[in-house]
Amino acid sequence: MTTWRTLRDDLAGAGYVAGDDLAMALHLALTLERPLLLEGAAGVGKTEVAKTLAALKGARLIRLQCYEGLDAAQAIYEWNYQRQLLAIRAAGESGETGRDVEARIFSEEYLLERPLLEAIQQDKPPVLLIDEIDRADEEFEAYLLEILSDFTVSIPEMGTVHARTRPHVILTANGTRDLSDALRRRCIYSHVDYPDRETELAILAARHPGLESRLAGQIVGFVQALRRENLEKSPGVAETLDFAAAIAGLGVADLTEDPAALQASLVTLLKTQADRAAVPAEVAQRLAGKAA
Amino acid sequence: MAGVTRFPARATGPADRMVGFIAHLRLNGMSLGVGETATAMAALAEINTTHPDEARLALRAVCAGTAEEAARFDDLFAAYWKNRGLEREGTTAGDTALRNPEHQRSPYVSAALSALRAGSSEQPDPEMDGEAEHGDDGHLVGSRIANMMRTDLREMMTPEQIAAAQTTAERIARAIRDRRSRRRKAAKRRGRLDMRRIARRSVATGGEPLHLHFKHRPDRPGNIVALLDVSGSMTVYARVFLSFIKGLIGADPRADAYLFHTRLVRITDALRDNDPMRAVNRLSLMAQGFGGGTRIGGNLATFNRGYARARVNGRSVVIILSDGYDTDPPELLDRELAALKRRGCRVLWLNPLKGWAGYAPVARGMAAALPHLDLFAVANTLESLATLEQELARI
Repeated sequence: MTTWRTLRDDLAGAGYVAGDDLAMALHLALTLERPLLLEGAAGVGKTEVAKTLAALKGARLIRLQCYEGLDAAQAIYEWNYQRQLLAIRAAGESGETGRDVEARIFSEEYLLERPLLEAIQQDKPPVLLIDEIDRADEEFEAYLLEILSDFTVSIPEMGTVHARTRPHVILTANGTRDLSDALRRRCIYSHVDYPDRETELAILAARHPGLESRLAGQIVGFVQALRRENLEKSPGVAETLDFAAAIAGLGVADLTEDPAALQASLVTLLKTQADRAAVPAEVAQRLAGKAA
Repeated sequence: MAGVTRFPARATGPADRMVGFIAHLRLNGMSLGVGETATAMAALAEINTTHPDEARLALRAVCAGTAEEAARFDDLFAAYWKNRGLEREGTTAGDTALRNPEHQRSPYVSAALSALRAGSSEQPDPEMDGEAEHGDDGHLVGSRIANMMRTDLREMMTPEQIAAAQTTAERIARAIRDRRSRRRKAAKRRGRLDMRRIARRSVATGGEPLHLHFKHRPDRPGNIVALLDVSGSMTVYARVFLSFIKGLIGADPRADAYLFHTRLVRITDALRDNDPMRAVNRLSLMAQGFGGGTRIGGNLATFNRGYARARVNGRSVVIILSDGYDTDPPELLDRELAALKRRGCRVLWLNPLKGWAGYAPVARGMAAALPHLDLFAVANTLESLATLEQELARI
């Protein structure tokens, strides 16, 4: 029996350092076959959980990126109308009966599978990532509930498609709007926060193994200090990794010794003009000095 | 008499205690069904239950549904399983303030109470007896009626006027016009071709698409977010504004309302509460600090960092009811209004002082706010509120 601790270690082995909270939630979601809802600020590694899980399980990752206006035709299935119309025309000329034509054009051959339908038709359980569910509108959320509860899709022309295997579902949200209670109730929930210093060091070590430990400590300390500043968009973990790559690429061995390089590589951390203005060279130097 | 929830030691087997725990969470405001109890039991079977920390992590993943619930969960867990006695501090039967609600309550609260009563046909009397039992909503908060701020505001409005304020608000809520949805729906005569239906119907006519179908983008309501200033300088208007907001909330299930003075408080749920006694109880908690100074900028900052993230989007109309006298620096208000505008919402400012003869927006806060507003209007009488309807329909 795998426990959540082994899962956490496995994830770490695959390059994802998860906190106890997240590892436990993921473990329960897998064993209880429930969807996992991950909430948290942008850039804390919510999407990465799904990717790592897919790699760990050797499963396919099927991703549905949500956006406002997403509807069943883009999320579940759509008929290939152009082909259907052509087929009907061709059949008319060859004298095929209406019943035959109908049976043919409403078969799987003419069906365009979208991510949700695709996910329940796999032989091996895939990881289904429903990204930024809060961007989709309420109507879609209601539809999703139906699919997540019994994993069937009914296509009026063909009948009901039952899931061959249950996909591991991971939903992510970052608070664009409130999700419905019904959806929250159906999911195992975990709030993903910015990592603490040790976790972030571990992440950095996993992703940039070549980095010298003192520099890594400085980088993490600097980013963590930056998060405590009052910024519009706090840098996430992905930004930390970019920053580390930039620092390493510039050949800097100590954050405090090259202010110009530090200031230049801030482009990887600060993503709005106001934030750039809020962290001038002196502030950056002060933060780097404290981090050292 | 605080700490009345239940005694876990009295329950027997693990299933019983789990049921008790879920009930304990439910009492403390989490929405959990029977299904969660089963899931929680199943979850415990998957872990090493002898380790309390593991059980806590597992149950939190199952039971908490939002970040706030997750944050609160640990305390509730400890209270139940470790018998630490941190239960809900509800109101108790001995609370005399509740026994004589009309005399002890702050004027704002009675205003809200009568506003609520005007909206519901329920007689409040039968509830008076049982109020100690269901007078609170079981949230993990202390109800300290005695500490409530009391101000000397006289009764300003008759019930008819309050009802009129509500009607006006309902009309305004409707006037804040819908925007189009991005999602397309079937339509009769306009919009794009709906290939799905055309193809389907053409089968009946031998492949000839004889009937054309369309889909269009239906109207999609905007949501209203109201922020009401209840500082000292606003006291004389707070009562009518509170009824006004109650009307807004009542007319639109998406509407959201907040009070601010030195702190920001969300009052949507309290205003929506159909039980007038309970609504009063909730509002009285929020009333602490009524009539003090105002921190408009600081409260807007709180709003932007927290609530606005989930509740203000491109379809929102934010209504600020305030006189613009701010104890925070105007630069802060300027910055926070700009940040709010970046969410794509429209911002209206209703200022009761604007109706005064010779008024100019010279309060520094008001002057800083002006460039960001989509509409800056007078709101000192019911008539002035009513005239807003046309203006709101236009923006």
